[in-house]
Amino acid sequence: MKISNKILGLALIAGFLGSCQTDDIPGNGMGVDNNPNLAGVYMQEDQMGRPAVNTVFVTSGNKDQFNVTTPSEQNAAFQPMFESTLLALNPGYTTNALGMDAPTFTGALATDVLNVSLDGTTTFFDGTNVLTGRALADDVITVELLLIFGGPDFTENPDFSDDHVDSNDKEFLTSFPYLASPH
Amino acid sequence: MKKSRNILGAGLLLVGGLFLISADHIDAPAVAGGTSDITDFYAFQGENQNNMVFVANVQGLLSPSATSEASFDESVMIEFNIDTNGDFIEDLVIQAVPRNGKMYIIGPVAPMQRGLSSTLTAESAKDVTSVKITNYGEDAIITSKNGITAFAGPRDDPFFFDFAQYSAIIAGEASGFNNPGSDTFAGTNVMSVVVEVPKTMIGASGTINTWVESKRKQ
Repeated sequence: MKISNKILGLALIAGFLGSCQTDDIPGNGMGVDNNPNLAGVYMQEDQMGRPAVNTVFVTSGNKDQFNVTTPSEQNAAFQPMFESTLLALNPGYTTNALGMDAPTFTGALATDVLNVSLDGTTTFFDGTNVLTGRALADDVITVELLLIFGGPDFTENPDFSDDHVDSNDKEFLTSFPYLASPH
Repeated sequence: MKKSRNILGAGLLLVGGLFLISADHIDAPAVAGGTSDITDFYAFQGENQNNMVFVANVQGLLSPSATSEASFDESVMIEFNIDTNGDFIEDLVIQAVPRNGKMYIIGPVAPMQRGLSSTLTAESAKDVTSVKITNYGEDAIITSKNGITAFAGPRDDPFFFDFAQYSAIIAGEASGFNNPGSDTFAGTNVMSVVVEVPKTMIGASGTINTWVESKRKQ
């Protein structure tokens, strides 16, 4: 296996050089021995930015399509669906604690990306910072439930706005790779 | 082998009366329970505050015994997308592709193409970070090169949620969450890719938009 990869790699390098793209000649990096051929076209199957967005807001017949819609096109394609889902989940929705009415909130959610600050605290929500990343210990579900059900001051619908699971079942690590060892 | 395990898993979930979907676990029919099914995505400042950490988890709800047999699919690329100028189009990608027991980490780099399709060439794995994939039961194997640190292998699923009670509420069978709740994901594992990079490689300061994609080789 190893040897055949090596031969294949050499053949590909030879073909590459033969095509005169000499500015991409292998340098002093890993070299041919450790350079498997990963060449190919890879087509998208799944996608995720914020937690639970596809799960909660996209209707059952459209979840695959959401996963293969690029974020720059998601708002136009899915915001109306997100808004009807929000109002079905919480018919009394007015604004949430971020001051967002239903079109604004669902417009932000429909573009399923995670906003991340490069300048300091990274958290989904820690009481002060909002949507500056997602840390392992962030109770993202309760934050989302509060934003969907909790009303302008997080006090509405208390039976629905907190699942009362506030932390993981294993301690995270302070150092790389941060996630706990498997069970 | 892989397929039968997935079918068994689906059967167990049905027996339990739950169709488990969550952070992004089993979110859509085309990917549910397969090797490209993303379960979660995290991005946070590293222990070294000059670094950013990206975490992608796939293949959720693995029991310990299923974890011992789980592996990354060599035909599936995990791609972290980074938009540095606010147009929700990726300016940089970090691509992770498994091959022969190693995870090859390409980037952060401007992608050869943007959108639903990604192309790698025979040269793509040259001079990149690679890390041996950690086996179940081994200590985490970590590689650092050019400031980039990488891990790939099974970990505890860091996600927590009383998804069972949420499902009961949505089904009209419960009138609210319990206190305390019960973590549906306790005791389960995922296959993780963790990549830590200097912030200077992804825009240095300001806000980025980021998301993860799984892409299958055609």
